Amino acid sequence: MAEERITDQGAKDYKEFLHPVMVKNYGQWKYHEILKPGVLVHVADSGDKIYSVRVASPRLLSTVSIRFFMSVADKYCDGFLRWTTRNNVEFLTDKEENVELIIKAVNDDGWPVGGTGRTASNVVHTQGWVHCHTSATDASGIVKSLMDEVFEDFTSENLPGKLKLALACCLNMCGAVHASDISILGIHRRPPKVDYHLLGQICEIPTTIAACPTGAIRQDIVDGVKAMKIIEDQCMFCGACYTACPNMPLADALNDGVSIWVGGKIANARSKPGFTKLVVPFLPNNPPRWPEVIDAVKKIIQVYKDNGRKWERLGEMIDRIGWAKFFKLTGFAFTKYHIDDYKLATKSYNMSAHVRF
Amino acid sequence: MSDTPMMDELEKGPWPSFVREIRRAGKQSATARDLINILELSYKDKKTHWKHGGVVGVRGYGAGVIGRYVDDPVQFPGVAHFHTVRVNQTSGFVYNTKGLGEIMDIWDKRGSGMTNMHGSTGDLVLLGTTSEQLDPIFTDISQKGWDLGGSGSDLRTPSCCLGPARCEYACIDTLAITRECTNYYQDELHRPAFPYKFKIKVAGCSNDCVASIARSDLSIIGTWKDDIRIDQDEIANYVKGGGIDIMKEVVMMCPTQCIDFDGTKMEIDNSNCVHCMHCINKLTKALRVGTDQGATILLGAKAPIVEGAMLASVIVPFMKLEEPFENLKELIEALWEVWDEDGKNKERIGEFMERMGKGEFVEAVGEQLADGECGIEMTSQIDMINHPRENPYIFYDEYLEEEG
Repeated sequence: MAEERITDQGAKDYKEFLHPVMVKNYGQWKYHEILKPGVLVHVADSGDKIYSVRVASPRLLSTVSIRFFMSVADKYCDGFLRWTTRNNVEFLTDKEENVELIIKAVNDDGWPVGGTGRTASNVVHTQGWVHCHTSATDASGIVKSLMDEVFEDFTSENLPGKLKLALACCLNMCGAVHASDISILGIHRRPPKVDYHLLGQICEIPTTIAACPTGAIRQDIVDGVKAMKIIEDQCMFCGACYTACPNMPLADALNDGVSIWVGGKIANARSKPGFTKLVVPFLPNNPPRWPEVIDAVKKIIQVYKDNGRKWERLGEMIDRIGWAKFFKLTGFAFTKYHIDDYKLATKSYNMSAHVRF
Repeated sequence: MSDTPMMDELEKGPWPSFVREIRRAGKQSATARDLINILELSYKDKKTHWKHGGVVGVRGYGAGVIGRYVDDPVQFPGVAHFHTVRVNQTSGFVYNTKGLGEIMDIWDKRGSGMTNMHGSTGDLVLLGTTSEQLDPIFTDISQKGWDLGGSGSDLRTPSCCLGPARCEYACIDTLAITRECTNYYQDELHRPAFPYKFKIKVAGCSNDCVASIARSDLSIIGTWKDDIRIDQDEIANYVKGGGIDIMKEVVMMCPTQCIDFDGTKMEIDNSNCVHCMHCINKLTKALRVGTDQGATILLGAKAPIVEGAMLASVIVPFMKLEEPFENLKELIEALWEVWDEDGKNKERIGEFMERMGKGEFVEAVGEQLADGECGIEMTSQIDMINHPRENPYIFYDEYLEEEG
């Protein structure tokens, strides 16, 4: 190609993508209000207003739907739109009369409006079987099945406080689900199944050994042929070796499944940010709708609705009522897997006589 | 009978369906059509059918493209290659239809028509293309002024909340900081040379809408040092309006009990305020963040692999952040210098800090900063921890010898 190759331009200037009212009032916003679920108004010191309409998306979007969103933005928002951290689309307009028109336009094409205030959020999630080689479950199918069931908790303010939902399809946690109110986490339960003979022939041995973060892969000689072996106790199912060597598949239909964790939080409001804690160690993959997983999450949401105080997050509610009562209310079995046995596990022991009867 | 009954099932129901999305793309793309077919097979087999492939990329870059291949390319030729292209998103995920349209046109021509808006780190992700298309895609997006994001052991694409563009809570210019970190460190972002990945996220306040404290190695969170601004007239309006029980929903929920309220007038003991945002979130018209604004800088968040999950913890309690952000760059480079020197392969900076000990780590970074031009002093400070150590295994640096 005759043209000179352009590299390292970096990110485009966001200023050309901001609605003129946002440019004019940049850094001069005074307050905001939630007019109804999914609709915000921000008011500037100047008196100018910008309305935001928040629309759910499945994160996986076709260019067809993005072009549909663009047509709505052209019609009602002077051509401006944005996405949120939790994969919602937001339409931005300074014209109050356009708010209902935007809602109607997106609803007519099947897109719900909500996700603000005391609602269940859109589910931050990973790629799953749609695109990932280490996934222990699908992401999109569980998210779809869950949100179909709790749809009204997204579109109406039914909950005590915000409920942030997340799903990661393996321990690599591309979705960082370790700090959400309810997290669904895909888990592998057995180390890679390998044909030891083929291993050394198909894969580069030093590269594969180096790929393992815990040093669980060792060189071996089987029947006089160079091979590798896995110290199974040291494997924590990350899939890094599979990245280096396609003959070490981690996926295993019999043993892969889903675990459920609750009570994490990212915002600093009131209590400090914190991690999720385990409530259900294993549920099977049962596509297309994962009924066991959806039932468990719905149970948790119901307990939160029944027991949470206004503005209290799920983890804050559990801190107040105690884990024992939370397990009793949800009916989940408490097992040895719930007791931490990793670094600093003693920090989670009950080193007191505080017990509720 | 449909060949894809489980995919069909997931087109039903009120929530937007990813299957509808893939089928919408499938009207033009054989890749998207085979994506549905391979996904149906995964649902049947209860396992993934993707392999990680060899190294793919664009000329001159070591990042921005993720290679992906299906395990049965004969039966599913449409997804034989299914590579991902990470396009560096704008600060705050803002677009206009012209700019977004440019990317859509390129992607309809050269890929599956499927995207992630956005990836977990923040990139605009183009999902599913072949090795042959990678360089042409890069050329096309470059000519429209777009660039690729990070991947592998490099600076990952920084991201942020919408900040001062729309939010009254923003104490720092999240969008400008993010763009500056992105564009100033293009080499670090496109050519992996770190021990492992390094993520930067910028939040305008401690509500942390971009989840920086959980998802970034360097978490920059806006805050203020002076007093919360109170509009007593608006407090009176809230009381009159009756929509909120200020005593119950605000005063009693303050984590440090630093609010006094006699039913009409509000007073805050700002010296005991931890800047949690609860009262400001609830009384948006009456309370505002202070005016002496800057950021708290935290370090080390990560997901479990390898040494366990971490949230980021305070490394600088307060720092002014103003363009061109030279002090921030100096801090970032000092952190990289120490990590690069002694960090192990695949050791995130949080794990490295844990292995070294936070006190030792801070001292090493402080030594780097001592030579800097911004005069950043970094020493062990009490805001870096929840409480002083409980165990007596102290590694004293030195002891005294008897004289003579």
